[in-house]
Amino acid sequence: MIYQGKQKIWSDYQKEIPSDHWFYVRSCIRQSFFPGSEKWFLGICRDMLGHDIHETEHHTTCGGIAYHCDVIPQETAMTIVARQFSLMTEAGYKNLVASCITSFGNYIETLETWREFPELEAKVRENLWKACKREFERPEYVAHASDLIYKYRGEIAERAKYRLVNHETGEPLRVVEHIGCHYSKMFPHKGVGGAEYPCVLSGMAEAWGGQIIDYPERRHCCGFGFRQYLVKANRGYSMSNTHKKFESMEPYHPDVIITNCPGCPYFLDRWQYVISEQTGKTYGQNGFGIPVLTYEELAGLVLGIDPWDLGLQIHQVAVEPLLDKMGIEYDPKAKYLGLNEKDIMKPGLPTVLRCC
Amino acid sequence: MAKKKTADTQVAIVGAGIAGLEAARQLVRLGYDPVILEKSDRIGGHVADWHCLFPDMTPASRLLDDLTDATHDLRVICRANIVSAGRLGDGYNLLLQDGTSIHVRAILVATGFSLFEAEKKEEYGYGVYDKVMTNADLEHWFNTGIDARITGQDVRRIGFVHCVGSRDVKAGNAQCSKVCCITAIKQAIEMKEKFPEAEIWCFYMDLRLFGKKYEDFYIGAQRDYGIHFIRGRVSEVSENIDGKVIVKAEDTLCGKPVKVTLDLLVLMAGMVCNRDNHPLAQALGLGIDEDGYFRSKDNIASITASDRKGIFYAGAATGPKTVPETLAEARSAALDIHAYLSAQ
Amino acid sequence: MMDFGFSLAPSSAINLDTVDLSRYRKLLELEPDARICMGCGSCSATCTAAPFSGMSVRKVILGLQRGQDREVDRMLSACMLCGKCTMVCPRGINTRHLILSLCRICADGTHKEREDGR
Repeated sequence: MIYQGKQKIWSDYQKEIPSDHWFYVRSCIRQSFFPGSEKWFLGICRDMLGHDIHETEHHTTCGGIAYHCDVIPQETAMTIVARQFSLMTEAGYKNLVASCITSFGNYIETLETWREFPELEAKVRENLWKACKREFERPEYVAHASDLIYKYRGEIAERAKYRLVNHETGEPLRVVEHIGCHYSKMFPHKGVGGAEYPCVLSGMAEAWGGQIIDYPERRHCCGFGFRQYLVKANRGYSMSNTHKKFESMEPYHPDVIITNCPGCPYFLDRWQYVISEQTGKTYGQNGFGIPVLTYEELAGLVLGIDPWDLGLQIHQVAVEPLLDKMGIEYDPKAKYLGLNEKDIMKPGLPTVLRCC
Repeated sequence: MAKKKTADTQVAIVGAGIAGLEAARQLVRLGYDPVILEKSDRIGGHVADWHCLFPDMTPASRLLDDLTDATHDLRVICRANIVSAGRLGDGYNLLLQDGTSIHVRAILVATGFSLFEAEKKEEYGYGVYDKVMTNADLEHWFNTGIDARITGQDVRRIGFVHCVGSRDVKAGNAQCSKVCCITAIKQAIEMKEKFPEAEIWCFYMDLRLFGKKYEDFYIGAQRDYGIHFIRGRVSEVSENIDGKVIVKAEDTLCGKPVKVTLDLLVLMAGMVCNRDNHPLAQALGLGIDEDGYFRSKDNIASITASDRKGIFYAGAATGPKTVPETLAEARSAALDIHAYLSAQ
Repeated sequence: MMDFGFSLAPSSAINLDTVDLSRYRKLLELEPDARICMGCGSCSATCTAAPFSGMSVRKVILGLQRGQDREVDRMLSACMLCGKCTMVCPRGINTRHLILSLCRICADGTHKEREDGR
């Protein structure tokens, strides 16, 4: 692998990301999949780093799931997007940052569609006015939340309490990065580093001391695919794609997988359990799985936020091996204590996959 | 019937590749004293970087030596950059970047092509993966034996990807490069001769083997060298933990995706229009086709003629050409120039 | 094994690193011309058996190189040995002879499997 070759490509895909004044739109599913991630995105960017990031309770789904499941037509999806833009305009913001990769893709796809077909934008403006008497300005900048964490990666590194380094051996941790398909595969120039060798996540991992693994199936989709997963009979095909990725990354012995999509970390995490039950195989060390983290969770760990405050107990694959490698102090007994020390109950243990 | 050499019958040839040199040789025979303007610091163009030429495996150096021997008395200006060209009398006044001014009565544009920059096909990993090279790199290795990607005898599995940057609208070049199919077969055979134990796969979309002896080459590659041909475009290249290259394609003849691990992957970077065509076209007032090559007056009857009086073309300046086609066109252009100048 | 109501799907992708080429190599010993097939499909287009059985000499030769042995066996069993394919092959491959050779290789394989108790 020739690192300079990648750097050359990255220089062609530099994306302008203003550092401040963002209107934040959340994901439909991330708050239940990874409940700490969005909370700590705001916690890190707004409270710790002091950037202006605004959100409103009037924000709804972007319609991306319904659009990608063929339940609603694109015009409807674009009208929902237009409503989010109107909330941004109303709040006095010009930069939109989306938590979800598919939302991000949806916003970009909508804006690019309007650029090519202005008559569709006019139609959507009319739809929005008829539906809820709203108007909007197009955002000046659209970013994915991982773009912002990438932008702030240096600031985070400066405040880092822990690094992506094995605290016993001093070796960098081996990090697999997995980029959501809708981040840049549709519009390579809208992603940091492009579509073939994105550097949005690898940039973070390297800034925090980790070593990036580039394995053969790195570009492969996690297999979520919306309809494919939602129909139970198709799940085998969905899981097979994730399985293919694990088989491909296995020889590199990754210490952690980081992702920037709502679906990918969920499936990369949960399928490790299903695969272990069906095939008896696990991919981490000593019978554990490979911990799968969102970029906010990883940033949170680096900044010294308590793993249980980050919601890492909600993961299927135990994160403790990673915490131990990084030398993070945590209270095992507090893992399943929720807010105000309420017992949130310990889940049942898998038969094969080792969990704590 | 050779004309007496006079300054005002001078011809400027732009480009010292094989088209320019062959045209110069013919013009000398016809009694002219052409001046050759070359933008790089050496003559011979792309052929100077090639090792052997299909179909007879003629050393490229032999062709070039013949051409340079025949033209070595001529004035060749290297590192020449034409800044402007104005009509002067019945000819043109060419102004070079260093202030040199050359008055000529006819100009031959023999600027050739550029090799597609293989790194633009990011998914093939040229410049990123250790064992990925181009056809030009391989010729360089044939010539020098130096390339870190080919070491020792451990080259057991080799792949060739046809149409890299050709027939690819997304890569900015919708045209067929014409010579890559036969070049891939030639290079595959050369590699098989160097590494007799190696398995070699050629990934192609169509095999366009139109020229004399090309089909023999193809049959020979299959029958005598056991080279495998897979009809399918490579979609993606990656690197495994051992630094080997993994190639994915569809075998469209059996309708299934295929995957193979290789020790070396050679990308057949195609011919694209010369990157400097636009400024030159602007300076000379010439037309550029949609494909970026110079526009001929007519693509059948007057391919060497331009829309401007006294300006002619030869070789790959107007589109991808083979070596024999280029040479034939250069001779044709020399005759056209002779006819033009004789009629004045 | 826990039943989830779904399981890993088999992949149809062909891995050229692991594909078993032993039958193809045996065929090449007997029929070196198998190498020069260019997949034009003349043989399949004219084949008596093709429209009713999916027989195709082109696919047989390719299938051997892609590890699709079962498909190859199925196609071979449909051949009527009429020889029309031999008449049309532009590369002059003696396809009828090739099929007979291949049948012999396959039959040997089957016998061996029986002897091995497989």
